[in-house]
Amino acid sequence: MQEDTAIMLEPGRAKPKPTPETKHFWDGLKEGKLLLQRCGDTGRAYFPPRPFSPYTGTRDVAVFEASGRAKLHSYVIHHRPVPGFTPPYAIAVVELEEGPRMMTNIVDCPQTPEALVLDMDLVLAATAMDEEITLPLFKPAS
Amino acid sequence: MIKPGEIAIVGAAETTKLGTIPDLSQLMLHADAALNAMADAGLKPGDIDGVACVGPMMPQTIAHYLGITPKWVDGTAVGGCSFMLHVRHAAAAIHAGYAKTILITHGESGKSRVNATPRPAEPESLNGQFEAPFGPFGPPTLFPIPVLRYMKARGVTHEDLATVSVVQREWAGKNARAMFRDPITVADVLNSRMIAYPFRILQCCLVTDGGGALILTSGDRARDLPQKPVYILGTGESVEGTMVSQMEDFTSSRAFRIAGPTAIEAAGIDRSAVDHMMIYDAFAHLPLYGLEDLGFCKPGEAAGFIREGNTRPGGKLPLNTTGGGLSYTHTGMYGMFALQESVRQMRGTAPAQVPGAKISVCHGVGGMFSASGTVVFSNERPS
Repeated sequence: MQEDTAIMLEPGRAKPKPTPETKHFWDGLKEGKLLLQRCGDTGRAYFPPRPFSPYTGTRDVAVFEASGRAKLHSYVIHHRPVPGFTPPYAIAVVELEEGPRMMTNIVDCPQTPEALVLDMDLVLAATAMDEEITLPLFKPAS
Repeated sequence: MIKPGEIAIVGAAETTKLGTIPDLSQLMLHADAALNAMADAGLKPGDIDGVACVGPMMPQTIAHYLGITPKWVDGTAVGGCSFMLHVRHAAAAIHAGYAKTILITHGESGKSRVNATPRPAEPESLNGQFEAPFGPFGPPTLFPIPVLRYMKARGVTHEDLATVSVVQREWAGKNARAMFRDPITVADVLNSRMIAYPFRILQCCLVTDGGGALILTSGDRARDLPQKPVYILGTGESVEGTMVSQMEDFTSSRAFRIAGPTAIEAAGIDRSAVDHMMIYDAFAHLPLYGLEDLGFCKPGEAAGFIREGNTRPGGKLPLNTTGGGLSYTHTGMYGMFALQESVRQMRGTAPAQVPGAKISVCHGVGGMFSASGTVVFSNERPS
């Protein structure tokens, strides 16, 4: 997957600070890859990152690249100003093809209930905040 | 196991004032409520040997400020339902003999912010990494995240969610201490200012100053104290996680499904015996989740249950009889006020008293569905 350079983020949004347990996830996004982990006992993917399985507790886990395909699971459209955002803007949760859900923003899409339809198909739009952090945003698949 | 009725509430009070209290610090809101509760129970600080409160206020701060020397403390801080968990833990401590008389306090300068503590998400925390970058700004942007999924799965309409606010305002009209008392209509709700679609301002809780305190002791000792004892029949608790995006199921709270039924089973009651109910309503969807997850309605039936008037004044299950967090008060951690109303209803002293009520279920939620606690009360001690 190519990093989507067409999208420019407004300055000011809260910037995540990776920990040793999440660094691979944020490093992957800099290369346009959405990296998940899989439980060695059950084969099930999980998120957020941690070096053991939340299903069985095993440390036998593996990092793999997700497809980047997802469906819109739920959202709100916030109407008040927040640093880094111009209201109204949607705060969304997507369900990845591999199962886990994650919070994100939906880009390249009007921020309206009419345009943001639950279960619509989305794809990853890895979007750089700066040289250190690239965020896993999503956009309509079509 | 603790027997139903083995532990009782013998003191209960809110702060002297409620709503906008710029002349008291957060610490003094705790103390004001505690002094009122001790007066209510006919007790002095020297009679109290256990203290519980929610962080950032620490039990040692409260104990020392009030002149209490505890043998037991609890600082469980899982959001606005922490007080339900404190009641549960205090009951267990009294049962175990760790303490005899326990004070639980809440004070929050939510509106005036006098001595209030900010709670930002640290950028290295899970919330700071995996939610904060996407623009949430406090509970109004996070707590309603699951609502659209719930609406689609359950066939619930915007009008249904507006009706929750309308019914609760009806109760608030009967409470002189409620912040908002004027009647509202579904149209008023749906035309009010948009905060975070699908929720508008009248579907979001108030932001107020206030506090409350409870005093627990054994049911046997309660008979020697001045107030009519309110017995604890059963309790339950659970937590899920701090990230709403990682809820197991957006249409149902796992913490609710554990805490509620655990309390009801411990109480040994049928749901049909419940006369009065409080479900922590920081936002308009919470009573729907509560009614379904605690088994008072089947999944998908809570909206209709409210629409048909079952929770209104005169209905078969009076719910949130103060007006709740939507209309009565909401300091930030509302659970204490839900407990206070259950106690008033069981004492027969509530402004909107449910005639003859004998069993009350009080159900709390911690922010963003992260936690839950439930207490079943009665004014009769099971034999």
